[in-house]
Amino acid sequence: MQSLNPSIPPGLPPALVRGLSASERTARWRPGIATGCRHAEIFASGGEGSSAGFALSLAREALRNEGWRCAPGDPAADTPDERAWLWVQDKAARRLSGRPYRPGLPPDLRHRLIHVAADKAEDALFALEEGLRCRDLAFVIGEIAGNPKALDFTASRRLSLAAERHGVPLWLVRLDAACDLGSARMRWKVVAAPSLAPRWNAHAPGAASWRAELFRAHTFQPGQWTLRDEGSELAFSPATIPATSGAGDLVRASGDRSLAAG
Amino acid sequence: MLAIWCAHLAIDRWRQAEGCRRGEGADAAPVVLVGESAHGPRIAAVNAAAHDQGAAAGMMLADARALCPGLVVHPADPGGDLAFLERLALWAQRWGPWSALDPPDGLIVDITGAAHLFGGEQALVADAVRLMQGRGLAARIALAPTAGAAWALAHFGPQGAILSGEEDIARRLGPLPVAALRLDDDVQLLLRRLGLKRIEDLAMVERENLARRFRNRRAPAANPLVRLDQLLGRLPEPALPVIGVEAPMVQRRLMEPIRHRALLDRVAADLADDMARVLEGQGQGARRLELGLWKVDGDVIFRQLEMSAASRDPAHLVRLFAARLDDVDAGFGIEMVRLRASWTEPLALAQSDLEAAAERHGTSLATCIDRLTVRLGSQAVRRPVPQASHLPERAQRWQPPLAPVRTSQEEFEFHHRPLKILDRPESIAVIYAAPDGLPRVFGWRGRRHVIARAEGPERIAPEWWRERSSVRLRDYYRIEDEEGRRFWIYRHGIAGDGRGGLPEWFIQGLSA
Repeated sequence: MQSLNPSIPPGLPPALVRGLSASERTARWRPGIATGCRHAEIFASGGEGSSAGFALSLAREALRNEGWRCAPGDPAADTPDERAWLWVQDKAARRLSGRPYRPGLPPDLRHRLIHVAADKAEDALFALEEGLRCRDLAFVIGEIAGNPKALDFTASRRLSLAAERHGVPLWLVRLDAACDLGSARMRWKVVAAPSLAPRWNAHAPGAASWRAELFRAHTFQPGQWTLRDEGSELAFSPATIPATSGAGDLVRASGDRSLAAG
Repeated sequence: MLAIWCAHLAIDRWRQAEGCRRGEGADAAPVVLVGESAHGPRIAAVNAAAHDQGAAAGMMLADARALCPGLVVHPADPGGDLAFLERLALWAQRWGPWSALDPPDGLIVDITGAAHLFGGEQALVADAVRLMQGRGLAARIALAPTAGAAWALAHFGPQGAILSGEEDIARRLGPLPVAALRLDDDVQLLLRRLGLKRIEDLAMVERENLARRFRNRRAPAANPLVRLDQLLGRLPEPALPVIGVEAPMVQRRLMEPIRHRALLDRVAADLADDMARVLEGQGQGARRLELGLWKVDGDVIFRQLEMSAASRDPAHLVRLFAARLDDVDAGFGIEMVRLRASWTEPLALAQSDLEAAAERHGTSLATCIDRLTVRLGSQAVRRPVPQASHLPERAQRWQPPLAPVRTSQEEFEFHHRPLKILDRPESIAVIYAAPDGLPRVFGWRGRRHVIARAEGPERIAPEWWRERSSVRLRDYYRIEDEEGRRFWIYRHGIAGDGRGGLPEWFIQGLSA
C-alpha cells in the first residue's frame, strides 16, 4: 500500500491515486497545471465556435506549461516553437461549424496550421492517427461531428495509445455528440459563457469565455469552471460547485431492440 | 554558331523508315507526304522524283494528281519529325555544349570555343557535313558569328559556308534575299512590294524610316529591323537550349504473369529497392513516380504518385503505392512492371535512421503529409496563407502544406476576426430596431438568438476592380447572444442603395 500522504508533490504530473477515499486525495484541476494528458475529448454543440476555441486554448496552455518533449534546462527550449500543428475535420463538422480562418487564429499558431479536410469519419480518424505518429507536429486537433460508427471505443483507444507512445497531444472535439464510451484521459463538456465586458467598449463582446465541465478524468476530480482566454494565459473565475453527477451517459441507449440480440 | 538545316527532313525520315536508299526502291517512284488542311489534303513534302514531275510542297494533293497521275501518297508525321529533331539536337551537342531547336527542320549549335577541338572551323564543318550525310540526311550547314547569320548562310548560301569573325557580316550577306532574315510571309510580301528584295537594299533605307514603318511590330519575325540587328549581332538573340534529362527507370520482367496482390506488392518492393539504389547513385530523390503494369492481354495500367518532398526511402514508396494498387485489375496476369521517376530533385545522402529509432521518434512531417495526401487527395491537406484582399473569404488562400509561402505584407489587426468561417455565408432572419441600426434578435438553423452585445458596423466595400458595380457592400457586426455564443454576421447592402431590395443578413463566422 502506498503512503497515505495526501499531498501530491507540486510540479509533477499527478499519478493515479487509488484506494479508499481516493477522491479526496486526487488533485483538483486548475488552469496552468501540467496534466500530462495526451488525449482529451471536448463535447460541445455544433452551432458555436467555443469548442474549437477551448481546444486551442488548452493546447496553447499545454505548450506553455509543459513544453512537450523539451527538458527544463534544454537550450532548444529558448527558441520559439515553429513546429506545425494539424487540424483535422470531417465533412459534417465543416458544415456545422465552418473551417479555420487564418486571421482569427492566435498569432503564434496561425502560420503553422496544416488543415486536413476529410470526407468521412474513417478518413478523419486515419489522419488523426498519422498526425499523432509524426514527430514534427506540436499537437493535433480533431473535429468530428456526431457519433459515427467508426469512432468506437477501439478507435478511441488506438488514438490514446498512439498519442501516448509518440508524445503528440490530441484534443478531439466532438460536435453534437452523445458522450459514449471513449478512452480519453480527460473528457470535457463546453458551452459558451457570457464574456466579461471589455475595458473600452462595454457594449462589445469581450474575450472568449466558456463554461467547462470536466466530467471524467483519470487523475483529477471532476468539476466545473468558467474559463476565459486572456491571450497569454487561461484565466478562471472562481470554481463553481464540483460536479457530482458522475460519469455521464457512458453506455449508448439500447433502443427498442433486446439486449440479447447483440 | 553552327546552323544545320535539314532541307528534306520529312522525306529523309520516310526513306529511313522504308529502308531504301536515295532514288532507289520505293524512292524511285514519285512520293508525296500529305497532311490534312481545312480544304483537303495538302502536300507537306515531296521526293526528288515527284519534284521533277511538278509536285511541290504546299500544293493541294488534287492539283498535284492532275500534273502527275502516278503519285504515291503517304501521310506526313509532323509530331514524329519534331521528336526526331529533338533527338538530333541532343546528338548535335557533339560539336558544342549548347544546341537549340529551330523548328520545323533546323538546328542551331553554339560552338563558341569548341572549334579547335576539331582542328579548326573548316574541319568542324567538314566533319558535320560528313556525319549528316552518313545519317542519310540532306543537310545544309553554315558557320557564322551570330545565329541569324548562320541561319541565313545555311538556307541561302553555299554548302559548308563559313563566315569568320573578322569578315564584315553586312557585306558578305548583303546579296542574300530578304527571306534570309527569318521573316513572316506577310512581311516578306510587304518588303517585296516596297521593292526591297535583298538585305543590302534594306541596309540602304534610312534606319529611322524603317523603325517608323514597323513601329508597332513587336515580334522579331515581323520586324525586319530587329532581325537585321540580330543578324549583325547588335541585338542579343537568346536561344532555348535543349537539355537531355534522363528519368531514372527500373523494371522487372516476370517469368510467370502474376495475378495476386501479394506477389505484386513483392515486385513493387523490389522495384522500390532498385529505384532507391539508382537514385542514391545520382544523389537524387523522386518527386513524381510512375508505375506501369503491362498485362498479358496487351493492356497497360499506369499509377502516378507525387510526393511533397524529394524522397528515395523504399519503405515509404512501397507504402504509398500500396494504397494506389487496390483497384488494379490484373486480368490474365501482369508480365512486366516498370517504375519511372519522371520528376527528380537533388537529395543529399543522409544517415539512414534505424528501424527502432523510426519507431520511437515517429515519422517526419513530409512522410506524414505524403501518407495523408495519397489517401485523402491533395485537395484535402492544405494550409491557409494570407492573401492581399480585404474581403474576409478572400483574405486566406489554401496551398499545399510544404510549398513555400509567398512573402506578403503583414495583415492589419484593427479588427477582431472570428476563429472559423463557414464555407458559404448562411442566411439568417434578423429583427432590428432601425433598418440601419444594430440587430436585436436573429434566427439561425431553427434557433432564436437574442443579441446581448454587439460591436459594429465594420463596413467592407466590394472590390470594385474585380467585381461588377452592382455588388453590394457589407456591414459586419461582432455579436454575442444572451447565452454567450459569439458570431460574426453581416448585413448585405444598405436600404436604398439602388442595388436590390431590402438588405439581407448573413452569418459568416463563429468566434471562440
